[in-house]
Amino acid sequence: MSETGEVLAPRALVVGHGDFATGVVSAVDQITGRGGVLVPLTNRGLGGDEIVRTLRDAVAAIGARVIFTDLPAGSWTIAARRIQRERPELVVVTGANLPALLDFVFQTDCASSVAARHAADKGRGALGVLGGASVGGGSSGAD
Amino acid sequence: MPIELYRIDDRLIHGQVVVGWGQPLDLRFIVLVDDDVAASEWEQELYRLGVPPGIEVHFDTVDTAALSLAGYGKDSRRGILLTKDIETMDRLAARAPTIREINLGGLHYRAGRVQKLRYVFLAADEEQVLRTLAGRGITITAQDVPAARPVPLDDLLGGRSH
Repeated sequence: MSETGEVLAPRALVVGHGDFATGVVSAVDQITGRGGVLVPLTNRGLGGDEIVRTLRDAVAAIGARVIFTDLPAGSWTIAARRIQRERPELVVVTGANLPALLDFVFQTDCASSVAARHAADKGRGALGVLGGASVGGGSSGAD
Repeated sequence: MPIELYRIDDRLIHGQVVVGWGQPLDLRFIVLVDDDVAASEWEQELYRLGVPPGIEVHFDTVDTAALSLAGYGKDSRRGILLTKDIETMDRLAARAPTIREINLGGLHYRAGRVQKLRYVFLAADEEQVLRTLAGRGITITAQDVPAARPVPLDDLLGGRSH
């Protein structure tokens, strides 16, 4: 339930290495009170086959239409692609970050696939590099 | 250049391989040795999708890998060879005497396996195969990422790994 009392059904899985998923979902909850939209999973201690089994079970348990993974080259992404073969309606967003997930939890009036694409655009656009001007005009390239 | 790492990892291509080892070693190719994957275009496509541009993936059966290893060794780029289980690496090592070191990168829990490290669980028959490989002069260590301490097989099996 959100802070306004709105009941928030889980709609998507956030899967990552270490504590990435629990950490980023906790951040979503702290910022929006809508962390309940997302279910975090870690692959810590799981072999390749177990990762697929865990993900398959979690997708079925909440009827997830979207999986956010942390790393495009990671075992979660490969597992998600396997589940996607069984469930073509599933959308997989790779390289998920906090801005993407914040956007997703507020996209309540559109199809999950549309919300996922919108969130991915948001996450991509949030990456920026600020500052870093060379002091003294040096250009050695080494820090 | 010889293959940098012969790794047993039940996740095959994943973050630790592509990023954890890939970046410091400047890996440019991966040899994935698995009879099932080598027989499935779909599986191969799945693993290719997980690899960043600039890293080539070769898919081999044990038989084709044994024949191709000499060629891979002549590649000027750095490469890594992966199998998902001990049995596959054992079959390959029996055909490829150039394999002198094996890295245990990830063998996770399943029924019948006993925990040796956070990321290594072994069944009794797997321990025996590893001992046999070591008896043939192959150095076996467990190490999930380059920054971790390599754990020699004797320590791993003797319970001196923690």
